[in-house]
Amino acid sequence: MKLDDFTSTFPRLPGAMPVWHGSVSAEDLRALCEQVLHGGGKLVALWGSDETQANAHYALHVALVAAPGMLVLSLPIDHEKPAFPDLSDLFPAANRMQRSVTDMLGLHPVGASDQRKWLRHAAWPGKLYPLRKAFDSAGSFPLEEDGYAFVPVTGNGVHEIAVGPVHAGTIEPGHFRFSVVGERVLRLEERLGYKHKGIEKRFEDMTLQQGAKLAGRISGDSTVAYAWAYAQAVESVTGCTPPRRALWLRALLLELERMHNHLGDLGYLGNDAALVFGFAQFWILKEDLLRMNGEVFGHRYLMDRIIPGGVACDLDEAGLARITATLNHIEHEIAILKDIYDEHAGVQDRFLTTGRVMPELAARLGLTGMAGRASGQAWDARAQFPCVPYDQLDVRMATHRNGDVAARVIVRFEEIAESMRLIRLMLERMPVGDDLIAPLADAQEGVLGIGWVEGWRGEILVALHTGKNNSIQRLHAHDPSWQNWPVLEHAIMDNIVPDFPLINKSFNLSYSGVDL
Amino acid sequence: MHQIIKQILRTGIKTEAPPQPDDALRHEMQQINAQILHHVGRALAIRHVDAGSCNACELEIHCLNNAYYNIEGLGIHFVASPRHADMLLVTGPVSRHMEIALKRTYDATPDPKLVVALGDCGCDGGIFGESYASRGRIANVIPVDVAVPGCPPAPIAILQGILTAVSSRKVV
Ligand code: SF4
Repeated sequence: MKLDDFTSTFPRLPGAMPVWHGSVSAEDLRALCEQVLHGGGKLVALWGSDETQANAHYALHVALVAAPGMLVLSLPIDHEKPAFPDLSDLFPAANRMQRSVTDMLGLHPVGASDQRKWLRHAAWPGKLYPLRKAFDSAGSFPLEEDGYAFVPVTGNGVHEIAVGPVHAGTIEPGHFRFSVVGERVLRLEERLGYKHKGIEKRFEDMTLQQGAKLAGRISGDSTVAYAWAYAQAVESVTGCTPPRRALWLRALLLELERMHNHLGDLGYLGNDAALVFGFAQFWILKEDLLRMNGEVFGHRYLMDRIIPGGVACDLDEAGLARITATLNHIEHEIAILKDIYDEHAGVQDRFLTTGRVMPELAARLGLTGMAGRASGQAWDARAQFPCVPYDQLDVRMATHRNGDVAARVIVRFEEIAESMRLIRLMLERMPVGDDLIAPLADAQEGVLGIGWVEGWRGEILVALHTGKNNSIQRLHAHDPSWQNWPVLEHAIMDNIVPDFPLINKSFNLSYSGVDL
Repeated sequence: MHQIIKQILRTGIKTEAPPQPDDALRHEMQQINAQILHHVGRALAIRHVDAGSCNACELEIHCLNNAYYNIEGLGIHFVASPRHADMLLVTGPVSRHMEIALKRTYDATPDPKLVVALGDCGCDGGIFGESYASRGRIANVIPVDVAVPGCPPAPIAILQGILTAVSSRKVV
């Protein structure tokens, strides 16, 4: 099948984002993936589902971004031959996603070079698949032996440093295996999955309404982005258009989330380069913003403010004034802090050329989101596929080509500035109205709804397959960290071990969002 | 350098007054002894363990280190090893994949030790509950002294939970 034919053959899904969905054969799946790749497009997500209750099939779903928007290809898979064609040769980022499909559904990528387990550690036996409908979600199995074949690195003077899952700082758990010579890192291998808590299975016990709260807790630092993506998916399957004021408020919340995360990271990046002053200063600003969030919207991290159909908060004159004052203060302080960072020789020495991912490598591995933009990957759904209100705000995408810690710092500074510009425009032009939520009709059974939001880390995708009576048949939530974790393994190569915390923080990837 | 000093002076002291320990947070089975806080004559060392949170509880723990709460100013600091810790501050429902790591961390912490469970997830499993992949609340896996509700609990509530646990400490 020709790529151009896809959007004319299959319908565009209802909803805010340009998404087309269709069922394809295994040959067409590969052919379309190849065309997207060669046309400069990318893989966003890959997940499986158990359709055996409806039609004796499983299915693999692949979400790609190409010029017109997002294409979601579904491949029916026979239950007697649970296999699908490997895509990791085209998109290296597919590797861990495919292995998770195997762990969770027992579908195998034929010909894939890496077929080790990924999400499964010791909690359930290898012959059982939690996302199959027959699997009892309440079942508890004795912890298994958790063998995992790390790739060994040998040679003169090579030794291994194993770190985690419990890390030295206040961060999420994961395991890192460094192969080093002296201080120099030859190779890093990550093992994640420690936080797997059965989120996707949990969704299947929920109604469309109930799922909103869980969506907002997939990765707490991106609660707004997930809640919005979830709401988009529900609104797509129920044919709901939220009131305009609600859409503008959602974007306002999303930009506030971007700001508080970037502010926090800029503080820690200074800290990790031995400028504790940076931590102290940026975290005052972050706290100022969080307190403002709490006062104006009722939650410091804005959880549960976006709900299917609209929003659960509003903005009055006092709130508007409070936001304006806080932004003015932050803007003033950041200008001073940026000068200090820029001119601090010690900080710049640590930032420049550290943890470098060149644009060519970034493109090949599919580096995405904020980190991708720092390596020349010019993708930002707010600019390229703008929904309301971004379609009226003309978002300026921040990109850089150096791909080092310094570039990721600059992109953060620029994105904070852009978020502040957008927020001010939103405050100025916010549509008035009393309606903050539109009623949801019943969802059709057996349809797919997609939510797609540019969160602060990158694109968040929520794929919702509906069941009977507004239930969730299957829900896959995708974090951009899926793409970016494997790139971190490359970014650290040839750097020294003590720079790992700095490089890691400059990406600041989610564990919870990918362990699910 | 002078720019940094100028900014520090301009920023001034942001640190606010700390909260009081909250008796309501105390675990039922514990002896209440509010006087002990008075007798903790040295810094409290805390090891944080994320046993499967959504990461928002961690964000609030980070905030305790900001200038407003200035937890180090109260003589409380976070340490890199459980072997150096008086207290474990544990978040999340306990994922089954973190169960062994959490138990080992607990075992590696010298006695007498305190455990504070954070967040609705730490208190009762929260929205994730118990399943094939989650053991639910922290107390299902290791003994807990104080559990702090909230989703996530605000920094002040976390601080209160820590002080509540310390003030009921039996051996100092
Ligand atoms: S209590 Fe809330 S914030 Fe904390 S880990 Fe659970 S869901 Fe996340």
